[in-house]
Amino acid sequence: MLEHVINGLVLGGTYALVAMGLTIQYGIARIMNLSFGDTIIAACFATYVLFSSFAISPVLALLILVPAGYAFSLVIYRVIMRPLVARAPDEGALEVDSILVTFGLLFVIQGVLLIFFGGGYTSYSFLNTPVNVLGTVVAGNRLLAVVLSLLIGLALIVILYRTRWGMILRAVALSPQNAPLFGIDTDRAARTAFAIGGAMAATVGVVVSMFQTFTATAGVVFTMKALIVVILGGKGSVLGAVVAGLLLGLVETFVAAYIDPGLTLAAVYGVFLLLLLVRPNGIFGKA
Amino acid sequence: MKVQTAFVLAAAALVVLALAPLFIPDYWTGVLLGMTGYVTLATAWAMFSGPTRYVSLATVAFFGVGAYTVAVLNEAMPYPLVLLCAAGIGMALALVVGLSTLRLAGVYFVIFTFGLAELVRQLVSWWEVNVTYTMGRYVFLPFEGRHIYWQLLALAAVTLLISWAIGRSRLGLALKAVGDDETVAAHAGVDVTRIKLLLFVISATIITLVGAIQAPRWTYIEPSIVFNPTVSFMTLIMALLGGAMRLWGPLVGAVPLFLLFEWLSVSFPDHFSIILGLLFILIVFVMPNGVLARLEDLRKGGRA
Repeated sequence: MLEHVINGLVLGGTYALVAMGLTIQYGIARIMNLSFGDTIIAACFATYVLFSSFAISPVLALLILVPAGYAFSLVIYRVIMRPLVARAPDEGALEVDSILVTFGLLFVIQGVLLIFFGGGYTSYSFLNTPVNVLGTVVAGNRLLAVVLSLLIGLALIVILYRTRWGMILRAVALSPQNAPLFGIDTDRAARTAFAIGGAMAATVGVVVSMFQTFTATAGVVFTMKALIVVILGGKGSVLGAVVAGLLLGLVETFVAAYIDPGLTLAAVYGVFLLLLLVRPNGIFGKA
Repeated sequence: MKVQTAFVLAAAALVVLALAPLFIPDYWTGVLLGMTGYVTLATAWAMFSGPTRYVSLATVAFFGVGAYTVAVLNEAMPYPLVLLCAAGIGMALALVVGLSTLRLAGVYFVIFTFGLAELVRQLVSWWEVNVTYTMGRYVFLPFEGRHIYWQLLALAAVTLLISWAIGRSRLGLALKAVGDDETVAAHAGVDVTRIKLLLFVISATIITLVGAIQAPRWTYIEPSIVFNPTVSFMTLIMALLGGAMRLWGPLVGAVPLFLLFEWLSVSFPDHFSIILGLLFILIVFVMPNGVLARLEDLRKGGRA
């Protein structure tokens, strides 16, 4: 029982991170990024290569891959998203365009990964030592994953809510039309937010690859779950993403443990459907 | 008068296409078959997603449901009844999806459809492994390629006809209003949710039928074969290239792209999805409203 709670929290922690990244991109840059999950998987494979070929520990890989994720997303924004933002007459049009373009990007990233790594399941063994937590045994890598998720998630919350820079980002999320009146460069804010989202994706990729097997085609499922967590928590709400992510991780782990591992996605969809019926604006969403 | 001429032309084209398999080799009948399938898919997709601008990413969910229904039922009942069952199941699934998401903002719909194919695939796999103990099924129906082709051609014609009729009816007008501005449409007395739901169900049912009719082509069917996300993707690109807001748009997009993909998948099987993705991004960039709108712009520009 306790074992499942802990595993659920580990999984939920990573979902929370994924959803935070996505909600920042969607809330501030107004871009619905369907290729988010594939960026995560790309980071998984990059960690795998760094670890198995260059013997770089995944913790150190964070130092390389997080800035890389930031830079990658910045380039994507500059090259692909910026022209779309400039062209869109209203928010709805940008949303449709961004959905379409990132849907295309999803196939590109996936295709590249398939060429390099093939379609099989990949994993590596790192810190696979059992650790005793409150009377149950947890793998060391999972424990490290949850600690890292917590630290990074916390850092992001502090940045968003306690710094001037975070305030600027939140102002753009709240009211993109009025932010320029206060001298805020919305384009720069959107660019930064999109890049931070990319950095988060890279973080999640590194963390997840430590304890889970992954395939080149698994990105869709990640994006799917992250989107549901974002909606569950309320669009643009970072706190909501954390709570909803943990909740979803728990639900999934319990369904896998007590009902059937093949039904986890169905359980996720069940939660999503229930939410749409009861609280369409999310747990923390405002009307 | 103009409409009548168009109908005569379309009917003549239909006759020529229907007679084609009698004169061309089997390989080309296969190509025509696949092309007709995608023309139907893209037209059905655009019927709902074009005017409403609700991007549906779930084409293959319905397509796969249709194909799988045929795989399960093909020995239990006569073929027309099987098709009817498939259409019914597709309709029911579309109702569930539509009723739960179409009352809300478009994002919910997109998110829901994004994972729908994967969800249905996992559910079907789970059911087969745990309840029926059969993974993978055989379809034995006495059809040759051309028989399937004729069925698809009929469905394509009906789909275009429905699309044309909707465009001319009050329903089509209401739909255009919804696409322009939902709030305004609602204030003008349009029952927004009902219109969207109706269109989505019609479009999804046609897509399900395309899957059902094409099922005998595979002979052996497995969830991972019929729920291949590339189908959703290709349908989307085709409709966008031609222009999702126009009657002939999806057809204009589907024909060249199908031939291109056919060639690509043979010549560059490993790089297929990369090329597909890049092409897709390019289309969104260069021709957001499709080739037909682009041509019209050019013509207008030339005259002015």
